[in-house]
Amino acid sequence: MRIDSIKNGIVIDHIPAGKAMTLYHMLGLSAFDCPVAVLQNVNSPKLGKKDIIKIDAAVELDMDLVSFVCPKATVCIIRDEKVIEKKEISLPQTLTDILVCKNPRCITTTEQGIHQIFRLHSPDSGEYRCIYCDTKAK
Amino acid sequence: MKHLIDILDLSVEEIDELIRVADDIIASPVKYREACKYKTLATLFFEPSTRTRLSFESAMLGLGGNVLGFSDSNSSSAKKGESVADTVAVVSGYADIIAMRHPKEGAPMVASMHSLIPIINAGDGGHFHPTQTLTDLLTIHHEKGRFEGLTVGLCGDLKFGRTVHSLIEAMSRYQGVKFVLISPEELKLPGFVKQTYIKEKGIEYVQSTSLEEVMPELDILYMTRVQRERFFNEEDYLRLKDSYILTPEKLKNAKEDMIVMHPLPRVNEIDTRVDGDPRACYFRQAYYGKFIRMALILKLLEVQV
Repeated sequence: MRIDSIKNGIVIDHIPAGKAMTLYHMLGLSAFDCPVAVLQNVNSPKLGKKDIIKIDAAVELDMDLVSFVCPKATVCIIRDEKVIEKKEISLPQTLTDILVCKNPRCITTTEQGIHQIFRLHSPDSGEYRCIYCDTKAK
Repeated sequence: MKHLIDILDLSVEEIDELIRVADDIIASPVKYREACKYKTLATLFFEPSTRTRLSFESAMLGLGGNVLGFSDSNSSSAKKGESVADTVAVVSGYADIIAMRHPKEGAPMVASMHSLIPIINAGDGGHFHPTQTLTDLLTIHHEKGRFEGLTVGLCGDLKFGRTVHSLIEAMSRYQGVKFVLISPEELKLPGFVKQTYIKEKGIEYVQSTSLEEVMPELDILYMTRVQRERFFNEEDYLRLKDSYILTPEKLKNAKEDMIVMHPLPRVNEIDTRVDGDPRACYFRQAYYGKFIRMALILKLLEVQV
């Protein structure tokens, strides 16, 4: 199977196999007016199997979200068919309006106009906690 | 401008300073009686709490200040659906400092994000209650004379008991402290609190379901009430509410200089026959609460005496 290389855009590589569609939906890529290719179960010497997303346009992505869903992915910025930047990603310190607190006693369940903010509690386990009530993200 | 949402908002040095000021107020109350003249404390209690509210009001009145507020959400615009953010934005224009109690966890933090004046968390659901912790620390300071090297037994509802969580947070910063966690299985200390403030700090701890077995080890026995309002299920509350009741018989094996603390109100978890024992210090504990809150108000309003 062949997918043409992109001229100007972004490649998200080393996505764990099976996670590409989750990331696709969370990033809202279906709303983009440009070619987007999702490759699943691609052979990878490093991961065995991996997914890849290629976006053929110089768009802005929510890198916090990419880092949260796939902390070991690599993000390559392509210009004139060349990789001009390889972004190292790591778990973001805070996540804003990506997760929703499940604690029924949390103020976020009743207060209007409040941002859902989670703070990285443990980088090793990737555990996030609600900044308001300290409840672990699920 | 500083708020007090979590006890960890205060450094050990700041807590030491608050205790020093509280001691000075106890020794020389007259010196402080006009320290907050023309200043107003708003007590926004979205959940009833006689003791904490009166302690705050008494503290402000003792400093010569004024008090306004409400004592439950039914007598505030919250009943009409007003947000915490809006309530605080309005009250910021009427007062100099706010003490807030709210049943929702994190409400005082939201308030601090929208307030032009200092916010004191007077209890947010089962989450934090930092002024109770300051009260507890002042009590330990007066009754035991030190924080280091104490074996602290926490008994009863360790799951929902916010005073327990805050006290563990605060005491975990002192050298040589050991915790003894006494509760039924269903009300054990949440893993997050145990991991963050005990295990990760390498603090010694013991978990037990028997109060009698661990009693001889304790320097402090901190009793808590199993709170009806923290349960979604009435059956669970009824099954667990009488889990641990302290009686004079159980105290026989305790150290002579152990102290019994309780954030109050008590229901039946401490037999009233214990009240006459010199080790029972829960009413003195409530008394200390006023003075540490006076010291806190002075600090947050940046009033020098």
